[in-house]
Amino acid sequence: MPRRKTDYLWIVVFGTLVAFGIPWFLWGSTATWAGLPVWLWWHVGWMVLATVAFAGFTRGAWDRGMSIEEVPGDG
Amino acid sequence: MAESALGVQLGVIGAYLVVALVIGVAAYRLTGRDAEDYYLAGRSIGTVVLLFTTFATLLSAFTFFGGPNLAYAAGPEWILVMGVMDGLLFALLWYTIGYRQWLIGRVEGYVTLGEMLGDRFGSTRLRGLVAGVSLFWLFPYVMLQQMGAGEAIVGLTDGAVPYWAGAAFITLFMIVYVVLAGLRGVAWTDTIQGVFMLGIVWVAVGWVLANAGGLAGVSAALAGNRPAFLSLGGGVYSPQWMIAQAVTIAFGVTMFPQINQRFFIARDDRVLKRSFALWPVLVLLLFVPAFLLGTWAAGLGVAVPEGANVIPVLLNAYTPAWFAALVIAGAIAAMMSSSDSMLLSGSSYLTRDLYRPLVNPAADDEREAWLARVGVVAFAVGTFVASLFRPGSLVEIGSTAFGGYAQLTLPVLVALYWSNTTRQGMLAGIAGAQAFYVAHVFVPSVTVGGVTVFGSTYLTWDVALYGMVLSLLLTVGVSLVTAAGADERAETFAVGSGAD
Repeated sequence: MPRRKTDYLWIVVFGTLVAFGIPWFLWGSTATWAGLPVWLWWHVGWMVLATVAFAGFTRGAWDRGMSIEEVPGDG
Repeated sequence: MAESALGVQLGVIGAYLVVALVIGVAAYRLTGRDAEDYYLAGRSIGTVVLLFTTFATLLSAFTFFGGPNLAYAAGPEWILVMGVMDGLLFALLWYTIGYRQWLIGRVEGYVTLGEMLGDRFGSTRLRGLVAGVSLFWLFPYVMLQQMGAGEAIVGLTDGAVPYWAGAAFITLFMIVYVVLAGLRGVAWTDTIQGVFMLGIVWVAVGWVLANAGGLAGVSAALAGNRPAFLSLGGGVYSPQWMIAQAVTIAFGVTMFPQINQRFFIARDDRVLKRSFALWPVLVLLLFVPAFLLGTWAAGLGVAVPEGANVIPVLLNAYTPAWFAALVIAGAIAAMMSSSDSMLLSGSSYLTRDLYRPLVNPAADDEREAWLARVGVVAFAVGTFVASLFRPGSLVEIGSTAFGGYAQLTLPVLVALYWSNTTRQGMLAGIAGAQAFYVAHVFVPSVTVGGVTVFGSTYLTWDVALYGMVLSLLLTVGVSLVTAAGADERAETFAVGSGAD
């Protein structure tokens, strides 16, 4: 299956996920929420977001990224 | 420590080992005698088992004791490093390297990375080089597990069982297990253990919080005693250091023999997709509680003796002896399963990529199988002896090994996607970057004209990153100026319609 133009958006998505895996804008911040640092809550949310994004990627773009239809056979 | 507590602790560890052995024997009875079944469980592994066997392999002394120790000493930012490294970068490499290797491996029937590269580039020398480099860096990492287990047993029994005895016992158990069970047994125990550790670490968090004044009480203690731990960054945590750790470990992990071999074992593509998507959440569920425990121990003023690990000390202080023993037994088990996987993969590299092609091409299967097991024993005994000298901290040794593996990753990535890669390019990229990195690990640093060479950083960035750039430049550069040999088979790496 040929790649679609929108598939290239995944590179932007993945790049953003990695770039802000560490919340640089909270550097030096000591703010806490519910007893834990705010940057730790960011981490929790970010990992959940990454799982949602990754799940979305596996629906189609995953195979188009390797230029294959579906995996041949069922193994 | 009371006599009865010691009995409980040794009983819990003993019970775990019996369960592991039963699983090993069951797997042994199911496993055929051929290499594909012994090393790859017949490429038949499903989502839960693949996810947990890969995860448990990561769940080593480095993460379970080294990480909390670091959080105890320097603050909890290590959680973020592990998140970027394991939850994000490794997941993306799981797709770009892992899925591609799986697609190629299922067609060509490869068992090891060296075999795959050696076949594609028509080079026994490349095959041997990749296997040799992999085994070289595997040595310190297996040693790390033995050190972790030895220290854990000392901490658990308050020194009643000495360090050397703990490490020796673990070594013996893992040799027996690997020789017996093969990958199927290792994968099954990994799964049980992964689920167990994931559950128990949360119970540990709950128990410590309950006995230490709840989250509010623990947070107040942390803010009072270690206010710097709440702020992001500071101390060892510079942006350069965090990025370097995340990148070198993530890239290094993909080239670990036991992880890389996991890329060949999935039953179908759905297994790989599901594992990929679940990865960040699994990382979150394990590492946040584990490293918070280390952080809280610092806030609560728990004193960790020299050479001990923070987790056992904290649990002994805030939870009943049997529960602390259960967690430590789980951690020791995790280290053993890491080591089992490493020894199993290491022995496949040794026999298939070094012994058979370079020493004795005529060796029959029986001789190869015998040699694989001798190799496991020799390797494990060697690392055990080295572990007695305790040459560094858990995190130092671990990150040195990760850095060594990371030097392999970019040449492999280039080879997987760029059909003009040549044998000379691969040899230059791998050998050149290894020489650079090894020199920086072993040659003492000297200052020449105000510039420190052979130190651990240049311009505050880790040398492993420079080595990775060098590996990329050499692989691409030399490939551009050399022609492919007649026996190079670029078509074996062609995947899908766009690659031909």
